[in-house]
Amino acid sequence: MLDATVPRETILAGHLAEIRARRPHAEPQLVAEVVRAVLTTMSDTLTAPDTALLREVEALGQTIANAKAEIAALKVDDITGSHIPFATDELDAIVAHTAAATDAILESCEMLDAVGATLTGEPAEKLQDATTRIYEACSFQDITGQRITKIVGALKTIEEKVARIVATFGPKLIDLPPPQSAQPTPEDDLLNGPQLPSQAMDQSDIDKLMASFD
Amino acid sequence: MPIDKSMNVLIVDDYKTMLRIIRNLLKQIDFNNVEEASDGTEALAKLRAGNFGLVISDWNMVPMTGLQLLQEVRADTRLKQMPFIMITAESKTENVVAAKQAGVSNYIVKPFNAETLRDKIEKVLGHA
Repeated sequence: MLDATVPRETILAGHLAEIRARRPHAEPQLVAEVVRAVLTTMSDTLTAPDTALLREVEALGQTIANAKAEIAALKVDDITGSHIPFATDELDAIVAHTAAATDAILESCEMLDAVGATLTGEPAEKLQDATTRIYEACSFQDITGQRITKIVGALKTIEEKVARIVATFGPKLIDLPPPQSAQPTPEDDLLNGPQLPSQAMDQSDIDKLMASFD
Repeated sequence: MPIDKSMNVLIVDDYKTMLRIIRNLLKQIDFNNVEEASDGTEALAKLRAGNFGLVISDWNMVPMTGLQLLQEVRADTRLKQMPFIMITAESKTENVVAAKQAGVSNYIVKPFNAETLRDKIEKVLGHA
């Protein structure tokens, strides 16, 4: 029951001071609590839109508080300390293994070329055609290496963002340095690596574009 | 006029396997005098010191990219007419436009085949 002799503003200020004393650091749960206090204190003078708005703010505070609890349950240390480093190490190993295999294929192909140089006529031509196809196919290694490098970069970005979310909303504040973004260069927008086949221009598209300058 | 296949060709890529592939493909089309550089800086030094008839360069390298190498070549009085082919996985329109504006002679997108390489070299050297 409200004491009619005490102004509502005074009662509200009292509530707020009490909450502030209990929880000096603003947290989402506190927002919901404050809104509830406002609604209780001023329920007789608030308009319907005011009440609806304050209910929304209360719900928002509760949603953020729930998200905090869920983030706390994520075991983020496992993600940043184990899962992502494991994934990037595995990807690095894929690049190393395929590079070694490609080098072995190229070495064998060069030996075949040396044999082909001792032949003449159709056998020599057929052997050269075959080794040419092998050399062409081996360039897959460069493309897959570049794609994997892009994935490793994306994983590292995710790792950094997860750590930042935890630092912002998690139960314990983690002392993270500010994000280190590399100094942009004028060419940054042009260094994207291989495009997905559905988005990439093929050689004939590039030939047309080049010809359009002539 | 027939193309002089005995000319010195400089291939530039920071990925050794790719250098090996391009070298072998050039050999298949009878270009046997091939030198290698692993980035733009090394390439520029070799170009200034040597006598090359063609440069085939990757784009994405550090510390000097293929585009920066091309710009340096075009700004160099002695090298500015050098035929320069970019071979790269960068296949966006803005990349091709930037390379063309910098003076690239032709542009090959990875993965490529020997026929494309031969075709572009013939076009470039035919116009050189």
